[in-house]
Amino acid sequence: MNARALLVLLFCAVASVSLAQGFAGLGGDAKGYSVPERGTVLTFPADHGSHPQFRIEWWYVTANLKGEDGRDYGVQWTLFRSAMAPREGEGWTSPQIWMGNAALTTPDAHYSAERLARGGIGEAGVAAEPFTAFIDEWRLAAPDAAGLDRLDMAAGGKDFRYDLQLEATGPLVLHGDRGYSVKSESGQASYYYSQPSYRVSGTLKFPGRDMAVTGQAWLDREWSSQPLAADQKGWDWFSLHFETGEKLMGFRLRHTGGRNFVSGTWIAADGTATPLTPNALKLTPQATAQVAGRKVPVLWRVELPAQQLDVTVKAVNDAAWVAGRFPYWEGPVRVTGSKPGQGYLEMTGYE
Amino acid sequence: MMVASFSALLSHWRRHPFQLAMLLLGLCLATALWSGVQAINTEARASYDRAGALIGQDRFDTLTERDGGEIDQETYIALRRAGWRVSPVVEGNWRVEGQRLRLIGIEPVSMPADGTAAGLAGAGALVDFITPPGFVQVAPSVLETLRGVDTPPLRVSADLLPGMAIADIGIAQRLLGKQGRVSRLILLPEQPMGVPALSEVAPSLVLHKPQAGGDISRLTDSFHLNLTAFGFLAFMVGLFIVYSTVGLAFEQRRPTFRTLRSLGLSTRLLMALTLAEITGFALVAGVIGLGLGYFVAAALMPGVAGTLNALYGAAVEGSLAFRPQWVLSGLAIALGGALLSAAESLWQLSRLPLLAPAQPRAWAQASRRVLLLQSVAAVALLVGAAALALSGAGLLAGFAVLAGLLLGAALLWPGLLFAFVSLAGRWAMRPMAQWFWADTRQQVPGLSLAVMALLIAFAANVGVSTMVASFRATFTGWLDQRLAAELYVTARSEAEARDVALWLKPKVDALLPIVNADAELAGQPGQVYGVADHPTYRDHWPLLQARPDVWDRVKAGEGILVNEQLFRRNHMALGDRLSLPGSTALPIAGVYSDYGNPTGQVMIGLDLFDRLFPAAQHLRFGVRALPDAVPALIEGLESQFGLGSMQVTDQAAIKRRSLAIFEQTFAVTAALNILTLGTAGIALFASMTTLSGMRLPQLAPVWAMGARRGTLARLELIRTLLLVVATLVLAIPVGIALAWVLLAIVNVEAFGWRLPLRLFPLDWLRLAGFAVVASLVSVAFPLLRLARITPSDLLKVFANER
Repeated sequence: MNARALLVLLFCAVASVSLAQGFAGLGGDAKGYSVPERGTVLTFPADHGSHPQFRIEWWYVTANLKGEDGRDYGVQWTLFRSAMAPREGEGWTSPQIWMGNAALTTPDAHYSAERLARGGIGEAGVAAEPFTAFIDEWRLAAPDAAGLDRLDMAAGGKDFRYDLQLEATGPLVLHGDRGYSVKSESGQASYYYSQPSYRVSGTLKFPGRDMAVTGQAWLDREWSSQPLAADQKGWDWFSLHFETGEKLMGFRLRHTGGRNFVSGTWIAADGTATPLTPNALKLTPQATAQVAGRKVPVLWRVELPAQQLDVTVKAVNDAAWVAGRFPYWEGPVRVTGSKPGQGYLEMTGYE
Repeated sequence: MMVASFSALLSHWRRHPFQLAMLLLGLCLATALWSGVQAINTEARASYDRAGALIGQDRFDTLTERDGGEIDQETYIALRRAGWRVSPVVEGNWRVEGQRLRLIGIEPVSMPADGTAAGLAGAGALVDFITPPGFVQVAPSVLETLRGVDTPPLRVSADLLPGMAIADIGIAQRLLGKQGRVSRLILLPEQPMGVPALSEVAPSLVLHKPQAGGDISRLTDSFHLNLTAFGFLAFMVGLFIVYSTVGLAFEQRRPTFRTLRSLGLSTRLLMALTLAEITGFALVAGVIGLGLGYFVAAALMPGVAGTLNALYGAAVEGSLAFRPQWVLSGLAIALGGALLSAAESLWQLSRLPLLAPAQPRAWAQASRRVLLLQSVAAVALLVGAAALALSGAGLLAGFAVLAGLLLGAALLWPGLLFAFVSLAGRWAMRPMAQWFWADTRQQVPGLSLAVMALLIAFAANVGVSTMVASFRATFTGWLDQRLAAELYVTARSEAEARDVALWLKPKVDALLPIVNADAELAGQPGQVYGVADHPTYRDHWPLLQARPDVWDRVKAGEGILVNEQLFRRNHMALGDRLSLPGSTALPIAGVYSDYGNPTGQVMIGLDLFDRLFPAAQHLRFGVRALPDAVPALIEGLESQFGLGSMQVTDQAAIKRRSLAIFEQTFAVTAALNILTLGTAGIALFASMTTLSGMRLPQLAPVWAMGARRGTLARLELIRTLLLVVATLVLAIPVGIALAWVLLAIVNVEAFGWRLPLRLFPLDWLRLAGFAVVASLVSVAFPLLRLARITPSDLLKVFANER
């Protein structure tokens, strides 16, 4: 997801400005940083861990859940790593900065929280084996050494918490060319893989009440060093679970002037992944909602003729606004049409 | 009618410009000194607030270690990993090239968005700030002084106070030698749901509420109270001038008032006009006084800032900012002072009988009854002050004793003078001498205010200079005792300290380790020092009270030494027990003097220290060696270990620095002292000059009987000198009493130490010189007039029946 690279870069610039009033001037070029190369073979579990020589990296989980009360809930757990220099350092000398985003969406409410931490001092970080990603008390960690197959996931803010157990029912999916994912005509790329098939159970905590939930989750892992092109102003990103067991990852990068770069991966029920040819996927906004003072498309038509896919994607809660230092829309969606299902939608750059 | 009346009233000042000048001068000086001191205090307090705001102390809750020590960085991580949203701050004194900077290490990523008041804008990239070598932000003035010194990169922030520096926590920990340590944690306002209790995660931490100014303002309160007292003293002396001038002008204008009333001007309107007049004067003088006060404050401010920094480690801006509320309070005090001084006259005006004759002489001759009443009040004040000195406690009681002593002595003085002059008159045989004493006696009431002001100023001068000189004599003696080692070495790491010790050992008489740790002592932050058992301490350490076996007990870890501040503040006695962190309470075996340090201090045996504070770093030691060997040692340490002047200090350098700090501490006091004395001189001048104008009716008959004008002038001079010198003679015992109160009561409360009183008669001689000059100056003008007065003017006294 090159799209999210923008998020991270913006997070650094925006966060440091608001944090310390003017630590702007973050180096914009990739000098000294490693760059993704085609043909590199991803090795696990080592690549579950962090890659400090790359500028940006994230561990990103979204979950569609159903509560005991029969209602739909959505959960997001994200850990971003941003390197201000392409190295790791001892203690406070580490140039790595970590940011966590957690959100909990119900049909009529949306809660989100944000965490920031320095690397090197044990406040935030990721270990490959046994897999552990954490920032403060938020955790995404394997209880055993079985890669990413089983994960405990917990996070919370001033008015919500969640404690979930994730269990994979399928294999890891490598996007693009064996994990080398090209994002634009100008050749920008990232390493990108997912675990789209988690079965989830656990508890959501609200002030004064708990809610037992079950459902599905999707984990994204991506790292890169290249900033986005100057004319890219935002993106729309989908991760959809169909009732057939098939899954779709698709995104649309919006360029100024109306041109879009659309791509994605079709995942068969057995986990076999097929990269989509450019512009095979058609993403069409159908209706917008007024969210946090902006117009955001919350109703979409998604078409992939090659898979007889023609569905309508609708937000569970239009107001799924992640209000942090860099605000964006991220929330659960319902899928109706040729292949019904559910999933997650992320949208940025709507002013 | 109103305009005409007002101009008639004002015409008095046209005819008496000198009186007007005195009135304005008195008000000006009173306002200037008072508002100057206020400006200094306000500026210093604003600096404390800024220092507190810099690290969010004024807006956020903070967590600190219960025993006042430092927090382990692991505790910070544990809190974060438990969900507590906190941001770490490390703080300490960063010594660089003989300068001491308060270095604050912040963590910009977890710091609340508005956590630092210091605008770090334009500081550069976050990456440059947090990764080595990082950079340190300092005030522009500090940057100048550190030019060319080996420090991390420096950047200027105009928002920082001089004496303060900001760096990333990682950089600051390294510069302060506090790796892995955190001074306090800032608690963010918003905490997540269901966070475990503090007592579960970090039981040794305590929560503090936001507090403007922080701890520093509590420590420096006494210093500011001191300044305020001086400002008030000067204000009172200034008001004496105003009071006597207004009173005299009122008497002289009685005919005018009478005429105006006869012409139909109502009492109410007359009152209003007089009130308007004094208000106008007050405003004019207030504005000028404010300007002067600003000048005084700006001149004194660098000294005050230096003192506060040296004494309390408080970073204070050395320059003065202009504050509107200060202007308002200054004008208010000018107006209030003027109205207070004029109150009596206004009251008399309101009850003025239409046909009462003008009585300037009668006004000048306050009756014996008034003097008697005044003397009774004075005795009551003195008795009260004595009682308070014996029984009272606290700084306020100390100042009340001072006020009672000064005011009592001042009020008593005219009565004493009157009695003395009456007595002298009885012994006088020759007619001229008899006239001299009689004339002096009847002048005493008129001069009473001036001599009272003079007495207060003299006594304050004697008192303060005795206090300062006693302090200095004690302090230098104490420095010799305390700084017994010839050389003090601070290594940069424990490994280096070991190497340096090995290298030094064969070359010197003894190496005395100096280790210390921060700890809470009797509920206040303080320090604990570990001391080796060595004759250096046994023979030299400045003990005030001690058990006979004090050093054996300290060595065995069975007793502790406390500094005088801690001992007095907590009303301890030898044998009382004091608890140290991580230990059972130990008995106090001795008390030592520890001047120039505001906080409590405890000394314990080295073994006990290492048991209680295993984490303390052993970096410093004192070196005993032959004085001749010292230069070679300094050179060797430099060439062998690269230890420069920052790490190696010889005894002489420390003494020099300590004395410089001392001088600075009292520079402000001395300056205010001189200003008060100057004001008193002007009060004398004003009284002498105004009274001389009214003395012709007394002098003319004597002249007519054959006394020459020159003789009369000489007698006037002798009289003035007599008055001034007599005042000085009384002022000296009063001043000594004052010094005793300052040393034994005020200093103990303000600084925590008590000093022996020593007398310095040479200072009194200097003061006498000033007094003679002041009296010569103050009579010069009237005498000149008297010597040159034309006989026709003297004759007019007989012709003019008023």
